[in-house]
Amino acid sequence: MGQVIEGRDGPWEMVIGLETHAQVVSKAKLFSGASAEFGAAPNSHVGFLDAGMPGMLPVVNGVCVEAAVKTGIALNAAINLVSIFDRKNYFYPDLPLGYQISQFSDPIVGKGHLDIETEAGPKRIGITRLHLEQDAGKSLHDQDPLRTFIDLNRAGVGLMEIVSEPDIRSGEEAAAYVAKLREILEDLGVCDGNMEEGSLRCDVNLSLRRPGGPLGTRTEIKNINSIRFIRQAIACEAARQIEILEEGGKILQETRLFDPDIGETRAMRSKEESHDYRYFPDPDLPPLILDQTYVDQIRATMPEMRGDRRRRLERDNIPAANVEIITSSAKSMNYFTDMSENFEDKILASNIMVNEIMPRVFYRNSNPDIERLRPSEANTIINMISSGNISGRQAKEAFEFMWEEGKSAADVVAERGLAQMSDDGAIKALVDQVVAANPDKVAEYRSGKTKLIGFFVGQVMKASQGKANPQAVNALLMARLDA
Amino acid sequence: MSLDRDTVARIAGLARIRVDADELDGLAGELNAILNWVEALNAVPTDGVEPMIAVGATRAPFRDDVVTEGDQADAVLKNAPDPVPPFFTVPKVIE
Amino acid sequence: MADLSELLALGIADARDGLRARRFTARELTSAYLAAMDEARALNLYITETPERALADADLADARLQAGHAEAMTGMPIALKDLFCTEGVRTTAASRILGDFMPPYESTVSGKLRAAGAVLLGKANQDEFAMGSSNITSAFGPSINPWRVTGAGVGEALTPGGSSGGSAAAVAAGAAIAATGTDTGGSIRQPAAYCGVVGLKPTYGRCSRWGVIAFASSLDQPGPIARSVEDAAIMLGAMAGHDPKDSTSAAQPVPDFEAALQGGVKGMCVGVPKDYRVDPMPPDVEAAWARGVEMAKAAGAEIVEVSLPMTKPALPTYYIVALAEASANLARYDGVRYGARQEGADLAEMYAATRAEGFGAEVRRRILIGTYVLSAGYYDAYYKKAQRVRALIAQDFSTAFQSVDVLLTPTAPGPAFGLNEKTEDPVAMYLNDVFTVPASLAGLPAMSVPIGLTASGLPLGLQVIGRPFDEASVLRLGRAIEDAAGFDRSPRLLAGGV
Repeated sequence: MGQVIEGRDGPWEMVIGLETHAQVVSKAKLFSGASAEFGAAPNSHVGFLDAGMPGMLPVVNGVCVEAAVKTGIALNAAINLVSIFDRKNYFYPDLPLGYQISQFSDPIVGKGHLDIETEAGPKRIGITRLHLEQDAGKSLHDQDPLRTFIDLNRAGVGLMEIVSEPDIRSGEEAAAYVAKLREILEDLGVCDGNMEEGSLRCDVNLSLRRPGGPLGTRTEIKNINSIRFIRQAIACEAARQIEILEEGGKILQETRLFDPDIGETRAMRSKEESHDYRYFPDPDLPPLILDQTYVDQIRATMPEMRGDRRRRLERDNIPAANVEIITSSAKSMNYFTDMSENFEDKILASNIMVNEIMPRVFYRNSNPDIERLRPSEANTIINMISSGNISGRQAKEAFEFMWEEGKSAADVVAERGLAQMSDDGAIKALVDQVVAANPDKVAEYRSGKTKLIGFFVGQVMKASQGKANPQAVNALLMARLDA
Repeated sequence: MSLDRDTVARIAGLARIRVDADELDGLAGELNAILNWVEALNAVPTDGVEPMIAVGATRAPFRDDVVTEGDQADAVLKNAPDPVPPFFTVPKVIE
Repeated sequence: MADLSELLALGIADARDGLRARRFTARELTSAYLAAMDEARALNLYITETPERALADADLADARLQAGHAEAMTGMPIALKDLFCTEGVRTTAASRILGDFMPPYESTVSGKLRAAGAVLLGKANQDEFAMGSSNITSAFGPSINPWRVTGAGVGEALTPGGSSGGSAAAVAAGAAIAATGTDTGGSIRQPAAYCGVVGLKPTYGRCSRWGVIAFASSLDQPGPIARSVEDAAIMLGAMAGHDPKDSTSAAQPVPDFEAALQGGVKGMCVGVPKDYRVDPMPPDVEAAWARGVEMAKAAGAEIVEVSLPMTKPALPTYYIVALAEASANLARYDGVRYGARQEGADLAEMYAATRAEGFGAEVRRRILIGTYVLSAGYYDAYYKKAQRVRALIAQDFSTAFQSVDVLLTPTAPGPAFGLNEKTEDPVAMYLNDVFTVPASLAGLPAMSVPIGLTASGLPLGLQVIGRPFDEASVLRLGRAIEDAAGFDRSPRLLAGGV
């Protein structure tokens, strides 16, 4: 099982619940018209609401609401047609209003579940809820000896907080849960899943108990920003708690931070003094009411999830190795779908994707360079192959030129003379030329040595410098020799 | 329900308002007078009554996902005490 | 050019006609008001005066008048309560904590008035963060009511009421042709009644709250304070309208309120709620109310006695709801991004000192109460309970409005009181709002209109409450009472050592 830790005087079981904060992909913030883009100059993406200026009011961003509904549907969860924005009151310099607009008693998404793969087979992890809330700004503590600097670019960016049931029993399960959740968020296009930039981060609630025994006191490890660190933090915190418990000590219910450099968790000094958040409905925001038809419409236009798409690619007989590579990210899957749209030979398309597109467009997996070689251009090339306009070798060259020179498929093929000779008249002339030059071979062929057709095809192809369409050459030669 | 000194101190802490020790008793008295008065509400039967949370508009309107403001760090920082542009500052916080 | 006192005697409707007929210019009208502001300086009506801006606005108005595209408010010299954020003009909320806050934006309502060509005379005094019924909580000292008890001396100054006390007193003293106020639990109506002017709190959602410094978000509503019902109707038309920047703003068409005045009250059903009484009910107030009822009847309205049993619990309900919301609304004043910071050894001390020094005693008291009623273990007993009672209060009104068109009540349980009265006991001060908070909790339009003077020579107001978004009926009954009362609105000025 791997779910029980052997302690000094008996086994321990971990009980883990995760709170995942996923930054919604949107142009503007959750309640203001300032940009939600990452990485801008400090305080340049700040609206007057985001700075907590007097008299400023929130208006909810419809795209963020839609993202929450989509995610709820993908998590098999109940969508609440009426939900409430609450104020969560606490003071912190990166919280300009003195409260965070969040959802407390009535979140937009209720109970659902997520299925993960574990060593012991599939396991269902319950989802408690999903709600929308504002991100906080950023405090920079290391810029000045006496002061903390505040950058409010992140303040007010839309987050979905996804809370799991305490169904997770190991670091591996936690990692699998987060990986699966990230896959879903990426597939939906509601979160870019980038943990390094903090678009996706986790709080781990962890307690230990004797297997089957009563729950222990839990600690919360905040803001872990990689799947590897989640596994490490859980291992460190479990070891720390076991040591305390086995020494007869008590676990303090507290918030801790994980320091990956030293492999330890430590208690946070700030934000600790009070947990009396005094939630109440934000009187600046009427209830968030959704029509059933709105939810149904979103349900009807849900993008394909990765598991479903993997199965579909397998049904198209695409080799398993190709499926694995193509479905490695939502963006590569979408690229492949667009590129192979209305194209019959999915196997050929998958080979092109794996051999030509992935090494170029997706060489940086987190940030593919799709603009440089768009799926519609790749689609033009593969259609040229299947219609016999270019050969596979020419396609390879075309992709290289398109990538290097940033030109369209049509321009590259035309400028580089990559188009196949499929003009019957021109091929016929070459056929005549070859037939005339080899009267003895023609006689042998006509006397029954039909294998010589290969020789003639080779000669015509050579004369065309490889540009003639081999099928056309074959047909025209047969017609000429058999006449 | 009656407020004592400690509760007043705790509430003042939550509200981030300094209250000196010699003010606590007086303030507790004033707050109790108000709280005793509002407790008249307990006499009103409200079983089965839904709390009223919205007055006018019955549902939150949605805004379009477009960027309408930004690149105004000067305006945002203009009224700031002790700024180090482009940052606001506060006394050093230790996490 | 017209005579100064003649100019100052004109209301919005008459001034508009005079400006359009070019009998005088907006600059002349504005100059007259700037002079009147000088005269009235002892009343402490304004926190910030903007004479240069006023003259510049007036010149713009004259250009518009010249070009023939003036609107009703073009050239009208007005005061804005200092709760409306004004771009480039200091906005204080009458608090020390905002320091010299210079908003980089303009509130929707003041922006609409500006776009309509109104002239900004200055930012009117008020209670700090609109928390008060007397103006004494202003960090800039209280405004003084231009009215005084017959025979009283300068030392016996009266409160103009609050929180929009500076606005109401400025209009009464002729130091503004009209003014904006905001009303949370009576903050437009009660000072209007105390100062003998008209004050209209529109339906919640009628006027945008965007850019108006918040006291209690579910109750705050901007509205006009003016010399006459007609002026209030004209000014409301310029202030009202849906604002997509305020999620609580109503997507309702704005009728022509001035035109709606013409309807009269014949056949209108006026409810008189027997529950609007205090014990003991001052005879002056009782008599004024009875006179108002008679006036309505004489004008052709039908009078019906109605019951609003939730009137009494409304006041404590209001205080719980308003203070809870305020405790969160005022959390942003932390000395980090704007306002007056007090230094502290660390962040916690900086916060605590900034907020202790920056807020006055009443605001601190209210924040503490609001924090307490939301705190763990008390939320259900106080806040949730209050929201349930609030639902019952709203239900009370909608039941009453099934049988009547408007309600007629006193505005306040008495006339203006002395500036130093009722300062010891906060609850006694809160009782001033007893007749105004029920309509606030239900989000209904309500207006105070002067009905006459007490025996001691102080103005009293009656309150007309209407159905949601039916300001028109409220204005019509107000107009009928105004016509019948023939109220002489010239106060006995305390200003200038009179």
